[in-house]
Amino acid sequence: MNDLITSALLILVFTVSLGIIYPFAVWGVSQVVFPHQVNGSLIEKDGKIIGSELVGQNFSGEKYFHSRLSANNYDAANSGGTNLGPTSQKLIDRVKTDAEKLQTENSTKPIPADLVTTSASGLDPHISPAAAEFQIPRIARERNMSETDLRAIVAKHTEDRTFGIFGEPRVNILMLNLELNKK
Amino acid sequence: MTSNGVLQILLFFGVILLLTKPMGIYLTKVYSGEKIFLDFIFKPCERMLYAICRVYAEREMNWKQYGAGVLIFSLVSSLALYAIQRFQSFLPFNPQNFNAPTAESSFNTAVSFVTNTNWQGYGGETTMSYFTQMAGLSVQNFASAAVGMAIAVVFIRGISRFETENLGNFWVDLTRGTLYVLLPFSFLAAIFFVSQGVVQNFKPYDTAKLTESFVVQIDKKDADGNVLKDAEGENIKEDKTISEQTIVQGPVASQLAIKMLGTNGGGFFNANSAHPFENPTPFSNFVQMLLIFLIPAGLTYTLGQMTKSQGHGWAVFAAMAILFFAGVFTAYWAESKGNPLYPKNVNQQVIGGNFEGKETRFGVANSALFATITTGASCGAVNSMHDSFTPLGGLVPIVNMQLGEVIFGGVGAGMYGILIMVILTVFVAGLMVGRTPEYLGKRIEAYDVQMAMLYALIFPLVILIFAAISAISPDFGTNSLNNNAAHGFSEILYAFTSATANNGSAFAGLNANTLWYNSTLGAAMLIGRFLMIIPVLAIAGNLARKKRVPPTLGTFPVNTALFTILLVSIILILGALTFFPALSLSPILEHFQMNAGQSF
Repeated sequence: MNDLITSALLILVFTVSLGIIYPFAVWGVSQVVFPHQVNGSLIEKDGKIIGSELVGQNFSGEKYFHSRLSANNYDAANSGGTNLGPTSQKLIDRVKTDAEKLQTENSTKPIPADLVTTSASGLDPHISPAAAEFQIPRIARERNMSETDLRAIVAKHTEDRTFGIFGEPRVNILMLNLELNKK
Repeated sequence: MTSNGVLQILLFFGVILLLTKPMGIYLTKVYSGEKIFLDFIFKPCERMLYAICRVYAEREMNWKQYGAGVLIFSLVSSLALYAIQRFQSFLPFNPQNFNAPTAESSFNTAVSFVTNTNWQGYGGETTMSYFTQMAGLSVQNFASAAVGMAIAVVFIRGISRFETENLGNFWVDLTRGTLYVLLPFSFLAAIFFVSQGVVQNFKPYDTAKLTESFVVQIDKKDADGNVLKDAEGENIKEDKTISEQTIVQGPVASQLAIKMLGTNGGGFFNANSAHPFENPTPFSNFVQMLLIFLIPAGLTYTLGQMTKSQGHGWAVFAAMAILFFAGVFTAYWAESKGNPLYPKNVNQQVIGGNFEGKETRFGVANSALFATITTGASCGAVNSMHDSFTPLGGLVPIVNMQLGEVIFGGVGAGMYGILIMVILTVFVAGLMVGRTPEYLGKRIEAYDVQMAMLYALIFPLVILIFAAISAISPDFGTNSLNNNAAHGFSEILYAFTSATANNGSAFAGLNANTLWYNSTLGAAMLIGRFLMIIPVLAIAGNLARKKRVPPTLGTFPVNTALFTILLVSIILILGALTFFPALSLSPILEHFQMNAGQSF
C-alpha cells in the first residue's frame, strides 16, 4: 500500500517536473539562444511561409532540380518511408519505370540511385551532388542558362561533410531551386 | 565501403571508449550516494521529493521488496499513461485537436513506453497531442530508463555485497538516476539539438505555400470517407493538386534528448530520427548515437568499480565491443554492395550502396552504424528504414536484438542482460574444469543457474511462438504484411523480437495497429520486461547472501581475454541455437533469393 502511494505521488511529481517544467525550460532557453531553429527554420517570402530549410519539398517540373521520391508526397505531417524490402516486385518495378523516365528527360548517363529511391522520412531536404550534376544539362536547356553558371549555383548550396568527416556531401533542393527562381 | 565510412565508425567508437570511464565514475557516485558537483542544485530537490512522496531514503530493501516497488511503480505508470492518452482530447496543448487513440492502441503504447520498448503502432505527428508526448510519453522515457538503471545497479550490488539481504532502496535509486543523470544530460543535449535545427515549441502546425505545386493520384473516397473501388476491386484514383505543405511543430528537442539517452527510441514523429526535425544534421546524428551508448558503456566501468575488479568491467566492455564491430561491419558491407535487382542504368555506388529508405545527409555508412547501435542497445530509434535494408543488412539488427540486447544494451537492461550471460559463462567454464564455478568471490550454485536459464529461455519462447502463430494466420497475422515471401516473415519475426527484447524499432511495413498485433506485441513487451526482471532480482538477492570464497588456483579469472572470448562464444551459441532456424527462413533465405535475381 505504501508502495502504491509513493508510486502515485512520484509519477505526479515526475509529470510536473519532467513532463511540464523540463520541456518549457528547454523551450525558454532555446527561444532566446536559437530563435530561428527552435521554430522550424522557416523561410518566408513577402511575409508568407514558403517552407523550411530543413524539410524537403516536391519538385518534379522541367525547370527545377527534382527532389528524391517520397512515400508521402512530401506531406510533412505524415512522415515515413515505403518500407519496401529489397526483393519487393513493387520496388523493382518502380525503380525501372522511374529510371527510364529520368533517362528520357535528362540523358542516357547512369542515374544516381538517390533519384530513384525514396528517403526514410519522405521529407529528405537533400539530393546528392551527383544527382544535381545529372540534372544540370536539362535545367540549362529549359532555363537557357549556361551549365557553368548552374554548377556554380549548385556548388553554393552544396554542404560538405560536417567537419570534413560526418555524414555525406549533399545539396539542399529547396534552397537550390529558390535560388534558380531569383535568376 | 569507403574509407570515410569506416573512419566515421571508428571515430564513433573511439569517442565512446573515451567517455566510458568518466561516465562510469559518475554513475558509481550517483548510486553510492557520494558527493557530486551538482549536489548544490539537486540535493534540496531530492530531499523535497522524498518528503512529498513519503520515501524513507535510509531504508534498505531485500530483493522481493525492491521487485515489488518496481512492479507497482510500473503498473501505476502504465495506468497513468493509458489515462493521459484516452483523455487526450480534454487535456491542454492539443493544437491539432487530435482525438484519443483507440483503447487497444493506448494499451499497447502505455505498455510500450513503460517497458522502455517504445514500439509505436501509431504515427506521432498524426495521433498524439503535445501534452501526451511530453507529459505522458516523455515522462515514461525518463522513468523506464531510471528503472532499468536501478535494476542493473541492484545486480551489481548483489555481486559486490556479502552476507546481506540489503540491495538498496528502489525509490532512491529511481530518483537519483533521474535527477542526477537523465535530467541534466537531457537538458544539455536538448539545447544542442535545437542548435542543429530540432524544433521545440508549442504552436500549431505551420502551412507553407509551395514554390511548385504538383499533382498526385489519391484514392477516391465517397462522402463518408470510404475508399471507392472499381469492378475489379482496385481502388479508384483521382488527381489532386497539392500547393501547400504542412510543417509540423512541437516540443521535439526535449523528448528527443531523453529518447536517445534513455535508450527508449520512441520518435516524436513517425519517421523517428530520420525526420529532418528530429535529426537535422550529421552532427546531431553523431551525438544521438553517442547518447545511446553513453550510459550502457559507462555502466561497464561502474561494474568494475563497484565490484573492485576493473579488469572485469573492461573484459565485459571488450565482449560488447567485439559483437558491436562484427555487426556494424557486416551491415555496412551488405548495404554498400547495393541491391543487385536494380536495373543496370542506376548507379548505386556513386552514393554508397542500397539507398531505398535512407536519407542523403546520413548516407549508407551512418545508416548502417545507427541501425547497429540502436539494436545493439535496446534503443529502437531509427535514422533509416530497416525494412528496406538488404537482407544481410537487415539481419544484423534482428540478430543484435536476438542476442538479448547485450551489445551495450539498453540503459541498465544491457548490463543485467550481459551479467546473466556472465553467470552462464562462469558456469560453463566451471563445468569444463570440473569445479564449482566461482564469480568474483562467490560460488555460483544451482539456484543462480536455474534463474539465469529461466531468463535465457523465456525470451526465445515468446518470440518464436508469437511469430509462428502470426505467420500461419492469414486473417490476423499475414494480412498486415507490406512485403511478400521471406521478407514478409522477416517483418513478423522482427516485430516480436523487437517487442520482447524491449527494443521498439521495426520493419515498419508491418501494419501493427490491429487488435492482434497491439495485444500480442503488448504481451510480448510485458513478458520481455517484467518476467525477465524477476529472475534477475532473484539472482541478485541470492548472490548478496553468499559468503566470500577466497580465490584459488582453480578459480576461473573473469578479467582476461580468455574470459571475453568465452563470453562472446556463449552469447553467440545461445543466440544461434535458438534463432538460426527462424532466421534461415527469413533474411538468410531472402539473401540467396535476391542474389539469384528473384523478386516477389
